[in-house]
Amino acid sequence: MLQQYGIIAVFLVGGAATAVAALAANWLLRPKKPPEGDKLATYECGLETQGPTWIQFKVSYFLYALVFLLFDVETVFLYPWAVQFQALGLFAFAEMIIFIGILVLGLWYAWKEGALKWL
Amino acid sequence: MLDVSALLFWLLAAITIAAALAVVLLKNIVHSALYLVLTFAGVAGIYILLQAEFLAAVQLLIYAGAVAILIVFAVMLTRRGDIKASNLYNFNYLAAGVVSLALLVIIILGNGRMAWTAAPAPAPASNVAAIANAFLGRYAIPFEVAAVLLLVAMVGAILLARGGKPER
Amino acid sequence: MITLNHYLAVGGLLFCIGLFGALAKRNAIAVLMGIELMLNAVNINLVAFNHFLAPDQVTGQIFAIFVIVVAAAEVAVGLALVLNIYRRRLDSNIDDLDWLKW
Repeated sequence: MLQQYGIIAVFLVGGAATAVAALAANWLLRPKKPPEGDKLATYECGLETQGPTWIQFKVSYFLYALVFLLFDVETVFLYPWAVQFQALGLFAFAEMIIFIGILVLGLWYAWKEGALKWL
Repeated sequence: MLDVSALLFWLLAAITIAAALAVVLLKNIVHSALYLVLTFAGVAGIYILLQAEFLAAVQLLIYAGAVAILIVFAVMLTRRGDIKASNLYNFNYLAAGVVSLALLVIIILGNGRMAWTAAPAPAPASNVAAIANAFLGRYAIPFEVAAVLLLVAMVGAILLARGGKPER
Repeated sequence: MITLNHYLAVGGLLFCIGLFGALAKRNAIAVLMGIELMLNAVNINLVAFNHFLAPDQVTGQIFAIFVIVVAAAEVAVGLALVLNIYRRRLDSNIDDLDWLKW
């Protein structure tokens, strides 16, 4: 069983190695002269940034993430049901319709409250 | 010959524990949140070692995907003052350390006294099918109650996060 | 050979780290992170017991999924509470949240 996950490990190691190799090649090839003048500016063209980088976000981001989290959880329940759909029969279908119906109520509420609107 | 799954276990356990320590000990709360994602991923790896593939996927999907995003957004929404000192200890960190260490000692001692002898039997071929049958058969009521819980959580969280209607 | 005790030790260690985070932190979001660590530790225990003692059933995994679902709901409501408090008090420091006390 674990051998099947070997390919995922190869992917992970390969991905990390690509990033490290790119940075290492960059380090090997670049001139070793210390930067000066405009080189040290954040952007060599365009506007200077103003104020600190850690600014406050809008609450809309949080509401989107909230709705996403709860429907993410719904997916977790939907997936095994979909896998076993042929074997489970009508009763399970009815159960799942009730389940989705309850959560659609939540979606309706989120819609009504304007949580899905980008202000 | 060294057992590969034993090696993987020690690797994953080390990553998980180190990342969890970083979550608790770092002073920048954004860094804590990022290490929290690494902890969740390590726990997902442990689930795979325990042959709970579906649960590993759930762990990555809900914890590393959604919960971590929600926590980072909440951090950025409640940011105040210097981010480099946003995750400090409160006044009773000494007592907290003593309590946690004492509990750890008790757990390790108790764990050492109990020798579980049952060897793992081969798990059923399809993990997901067994879970689906359990959800929609034996655990049908908790399954529907979970839907109600999610509905209540969504309504309550939206209401709280928006802070009610503006007064006219 | 990795036994059940190894997994239980990892779970116990993770639980204690989470407990320290939940008790010793000043930021309410950091306290929630500690609670998440503790719930993950519990899930490791449930799945490990399932795997070693009753591998032909999935009861422990079902339990763990319900724990994850409840944790997701808890994070949603908990963070919304923190946001609401922050909006009124401009603070997420739990040492200052004492205005039920007089």
